[in-house]
Amino acid sequence: MANPEEIAKALETEFKDAVLDSNVKNSKFPHVVVEVSRLNDICKFLLNDDHMAFDFLSAIAGVDKGDEFEVVYIIHSYLRNHSFAIKTRVPRSGPRVPSVCDLWAAANWHERETYDLMGIIFEGHPDLRRILLPQDWEGHPLRKDYKYPKSYDGIELRRDDDNWPDPGDKELYE
Amino acid sequence: MKKPDIELKEILPGRFPDNVAFAKADDFINWNRKNSLWWMLFALACCGIELMQAGGPRADLDRFGAVFRATPRQSDLMIVAGTLTLKMARRLRMLYEQMAEPRWVIAMGSCANCGGLFQLSYSVVRGVDKVVPVDVYVPGCPPRPEALTEGIRELQRKIEKSKVLRKA
Amino acid sequence: MSALNTDIWTLNMGPQHPSTHGVIRFLLKTDGEIIEDADPDIGFLHRGLEKIAELLPYAGFMPYTDRLDYLAAVNMNWGWALSVERLADIEVPLRAEYLRVIAAELNRISSHQIAVGSLASDMGAFTPFVHAIRDREMINDLFESLCGSRLTFNYCRIGGVSHDAPEGWIERLSDYLDYYEPMVDVFNDLITNNKIFVERLKKVAPISAQKAISYGLVGPNLRGSGVKFDLRKDDPYGIYPELEFDVPVGLGYHEGELGSCFDKYMVRIEEIRESIKIIRQCIERIPEGEIVAKVPRNLKPPEGEIYCRTEAPRGEVGFYVVSNGSPKPERVKIRTGSFAAMSTIRDLARGWMIADLVAIIGGFDVIAPELDR
Repeated sequence: MANPEEIAKALETEFKDAVLDSNVKNSKFPHVVVEVSRLNDICKFLLNDDHMAFDFLSAIAGVDKGDEFEVVYIIHSYLRNHSFAIKTRVPRSGPRVPSVCDLWAAANWHERETYDLMGIIFEGHPDLRRILLPQDWEGHPLRKDYKYPKSYDGIELRRDDDNWPDPGDKELYE
Repeated sequence: MKKPDIELKEILPGRFPDNVAFAKADDFINWNRKNSLWWMLFALACCGIELMQAGGPRADLDRFGAVFRATPRQSDLMIVAGTLTLKMARRLRMLYEQMAEPRWVIAMGSCANCGGLFQLSYSVVRGVDKVVPVDVYVPGCPPRPEALTEGIRELQRKIEKSKVLRKA
Repeated sequence: MSALNTDIWTLNMGPQHPSTHGVIRFLLKTDGEIIEDADPDIGFLHRGLEKIAELLPYAGFMPYTDRLDYLAAVNMNWGWALSVERLADIEVPLRAEYLRVIAAELNRISSHQIAVGSLASDMGAFTPFVHAIRDREMINDLFESLCGSRLTFNYCRIGGVSHDAPEGWIERLSDYLDYYEPMVDVFNDLITNNKIFVERLKKVAPISAQKAISYGLVGPNLRGSGVKFDLRKDDPYGIYPELEFDVPVGLGYHEGELGSCFDKYMVRIEEIRESIKIIRQCIERIPEGEIVAKVPRNLKPPEGEIYCRTEAPRGEVGFYVVSNGSPKPERVKIRTGSFAAMSTIRDLARGWMIADLVAIIGGFDVIAPELDR
């Protein structure tokens, strides 16, 4: 079982310039930030190396940070009983991240969900289409500048009672 | 085959005057309908579990003659229990149109009445009555099985007062 | 006689179907009985919980976590409360920890009752389902006197629990456990050892441990394939380190295959017994004290992020919370066990019959709001 500092050091020695930042000392969420282009190699190392052995991909989350998107991969190891996280950053104007579907089978649906709700495109994904929203939905809801649609499929979204307090009302719709 | 002179559907509903004979006939027809309401299993979310508990041993819906059917073709009543999303709305309308008349709809729970606590969401229909006409609204989140039983009793009272043969 | 030549045609199963657990749709390519491809179409209960979390303060999101998995509401509440408490460094009093464990394990029993009852009902046996509902009503009564609600409890608060156990509640709980423990054996006599039930499930869709880990399966689905991993023992939280219990795994019961639907079903039955053991230990040891810590009304956790996971009846539930110092979270990502279970069905169902697909969904114990959030 390795603690997060040892994992970060092993990654830094193996991939020197791909590791951009790390936050592992006394941190509640130890992680490293890596370069997008080397993501596949780093994940392959984390999966196949004997001391790392991260065989369980728990979640892939997309976070909207203003002018860039962050993609967070949370991984655990059953064999060695340790956990870690990896982040990459992509610009908002062209969010493209290589897919890790061939390494962990769990990544398939998580990447589809991140594409659906955040709009990040995963290159090399076998079947990238919307999963939770209808296929003809427009927009990506979890972005910070998303405005709710007025109606969908002939059904208007708002109820017509104006007296009911609806917190966050104006910013959501306009 | 020779076409009959008068079609059956031209004789029966809504043509007769409102006197004692036809009122008694209407009472008989309504008594039949209200005591054998077969409801369609349409459990979408949490209210569906309370619907199942209402059909269970303690608060028994079967004593009102209400058994569940899985298909809309064999049911008179659709109890919409749970949140209706925009993706599901078209299917709800399709299933409603597959039910034969006379048919009734009960909206069970806050999410079916008005959107419930999901009024902040982008993909929830605020109330089932935007899609199908509703007869009885049962409030609660989720409503107790006894509340649903009261809702079915309310529907039975509504059916008792309705005019089938008489002019409306 | 020459073999029959059948075409492959597309059949739609759901979203309204009595045996898909909630609103799930499958596009089946089949020749009439054997499935060639089962493509799940989910999202019919997508209510946008992750977006709602960004609009409400931390304590205000608690009722929404109940609706995330309504059969195991206390476990979901606990996951959210634990994440925020670890992020904001809030300490929970000891009596509240014990009450949380009692409520969570009681909820685990009630959730597993519905899971095994509905698997039996999908296989065609209606009586075990009614037995399960009858026993579950008594748990609902216990919860109603504890916190006022029968299904979506909203029991945990950030820093503790909402209500204390009223007078005589612990005795009623103890009486219920004495009544229910022999009923598990009655249930087993009724359906678990029934030859038709066993034959329908014991060889259907076995998953190897390797594949289960790669697909991200958790909870009883993973333990049914033989992997002995339980978050309450291996990554514990609360007062679980002080409690003694076993972790049941699938063993290929009744000479079936390891990792089949029957193994997962047996893991759930055994987990009910373990939960009864845990509650009995908590009843003996529960101390007096406060039930909620002093938390500021306008809670503003420090800037940072955290990922916290707890063991819910359908697997581990993980909350990834990003905070930027304001009273509302910046991003909440919820990771549930049913999502991973559903993603395996496309590869797993190839070659089995349509009736086996029903058994597979019931064996995984998928529930719609966990998939769609």
